Amino acid sequence: MSAVLEVSNLRKTFGGITAVDDVSFEVREGEILGIIGPNGSGKSTLFNCVLGQLTPNQGEVRVDGRVTTGMRPCDLNRLGVSRTFQLLQVFPQLSVRDNLILAGQEHQGSMFSRLIGHPDAGLGPAAEQMIAFFRLSHLSDEQAGALSYGQQKLLDAAMAFMAGPRLVLLDEPAGGVNLTMLGNLRDRLQAYHAQRNATFVVIEHQMEFVMALCTRVLVLAQGRIIAEGTPQDIRRNPVVIEAYLGH
Amino acid sequence: MNRLGIIAVVAAAIVAVALPFFLAPFGIYLISMWTVLTIAAIGLNLTLGYAGQVSLAQGAFVGIGAYCVALMTQAGWPYPFAFVCAGLLCFVIGWILGYPALRVQHHYLAFVTLAFTTLVFLVLRNEEWLTHGIYGIDGIARPTLLGWSTGEALDFYVFSLGALTVLAATTWWMLRSPWGRAFVALRENPIRALSLGLDTRRYTLMAFAIGSSLGGLAGALYAPLVQFIEPSSFALGLSFNLLLMVIVGGSGYFFGPFVGALIAVLLPEWLRVTQGYYLIVYAAAVMIMMALCPSGLLGLAERAAKAVLRRDPPPVAPLRIEVTEP
Ligand SMILES: Nc1ncnc2c1ncn2[C@@H]1O[C@H](COP(=O)(O)OP(=O)(O)O)[C@@H](O)[C@H]1O
Ligand SMILES: [Mg+2]
Repeated sequence: MSAVLEVSNLRKTFGGITAVDDVSFEVREGEILGIIGPNGSGKSTLFNCVLGQLTPNQGEVRVDGRVTTGMRPCDLNRLGVSRTFQLLQVFPQLSVRDNLILAGQEHQGSMFSRLIGHPDAGLGPAAEQMIAFFRLSHLSDEQAGALSYGQQKLLDAAMAFMAGPRLVLLDEPAGGVNLTMLGNLRDRLQAYHAQRNATFVVIEHQMEFVMALCTRVLVLAQGRIIAEGTPQDIRRNPVVIEAYLGH
Repeated sequence: MNRLGIIAVVAAAIVAVALPFFLAPFGIYLISMWTVLTIAAIGLNLTLGYAGQVSLAQGAFVGIGAYCVALMTQAGWPYPFAFVCAGLLCFVIGWILGYPALRVQHHYLAFVTLAFTTLVFLVLRNEEWLTHGIYGIDGIARPTLLGWSTGEALDFYVFSLGALTVLAATTWWMLRSPWGRAFVALRENPIRALSLGLDTRRYTLMAFAIGSSLGGLAGALYAPLVQFIEPSSFALGLSFNLLLMVIVGGSGYFFGPFVGALIAVLLPEWLRVTQGYYLIVYAAAVMIMMALCPSGLLGLAERAAKAVLRRDPPPVAPLRIEVTEP
């Protein structure tokens, strides 16, 4: 299996803090890789370095073999790498449908062709499909800000899938979500994965969620990868237990 | 837009067409000024209200457009050509002014644009070889278009109302396109927008350029309307006034500038009875309105309409990156 994402020797420091310390790993086509670790272990920073929100101090990122270190997030996204953020990020004043159209509209044509093209950029049906897939159909005309937190989290994830990405990085998709919604989200992510054979990387705290969803798990502590394996292995790994419960 | 909104817009359009027949020349001059200021405010509403980029430079662009048209027509160029040049010139300068917005936001950006306005004022005042300095430029002719002279107040009003209609319709069309969605995304959450493939840099520059070019086109109408321009007309005061128009009317509402400019034109006349206290009354009115309804008069109207129609229970307070309401 070929690697969709290769990260090698990535390092990111903030002043005296080394948030990500010489991290290397790869993500293979079609897998769901989980990344877990205590708060402050550098998971979000790692995502931000991979996706161009932050510039790493050292190291290299490759997508499908092509070096993408230093690329702008919008260009990376148009290459087929999309993400969600740890904190919920939808556009509250836009309707649910417009949130999804927005997530896809920059992926086709030129800026000028979008100006003179159709108002929904030809994405109306695709947006409705995505809305139906995430079971938000009754809400498609609502302003995103008027949705419940859990529904906004679903929308947030749906937006990451809208452009048919090759690789999706999800930063705590289940964070703060109630149990019903959690099941719903997991179910939808699994369904999407099964349908499209998409490749995911998921940062998550909720162990049940990780166990059910991921095929492989990396454990990060203080910016370093301290363990790697199947969810079952990781659960029993004494080093991991130590990192989580150590202090 | 709902039915109520369409009825209001149609009614307003009928009034705008019929009104001059009931007005004395000064009244027609005032509503012509309203069309000009509305165009400039539409531009600022695009930059600020939709794309979320604070600008205190719109008055300077009106000045650049006005001087461009005054100088070009007096040098013998046809007015339509000068009009287009004013728009293009401001588009280019607005694009360049957009670059600081890529690095700074909010009040820092306000300072940058404020400095630009001061710079333009100084150029207009000091570069006498080009601008005639503090003496300004007088005797600016009203254009004759395809044999139709707009010299009379009514004719010029028809011309400027036509220009307003065309420019507003174009802006409406642009805001309905994917660009409008992109501008709102830029305002609400630029980081998320960037991660969804939006080239936020280009959209920011575009928002500045288009908004500024509308300012320039407003200036191109302003010059032949007043027929005499001087640097102080385009100092900071005008930029602040345009900002107030956008905010009082309802920032981010398409028809906000129409309402805001109307108030800015009419209020001084109505408050004339208060004589020297005009500015105090105006300032107090704005402060009270901002406290009661930060989303402007159209925001207020929208709330009232919703309350009357009693559609849904009020939505859950939206999670916002920038809190604009208390
Ligand atoms: N922008 C930043 N500036 C300074 N320090 C930061 C910044 N972002 C993260 N950090 C620090 O980097 C470390 C890793 O943070 P983060 O990547 O958010 O961890 P996680 O997502 O695993 O909880 C923390 O010590 C945090 O305080
Ligand atoms: Mg995090």
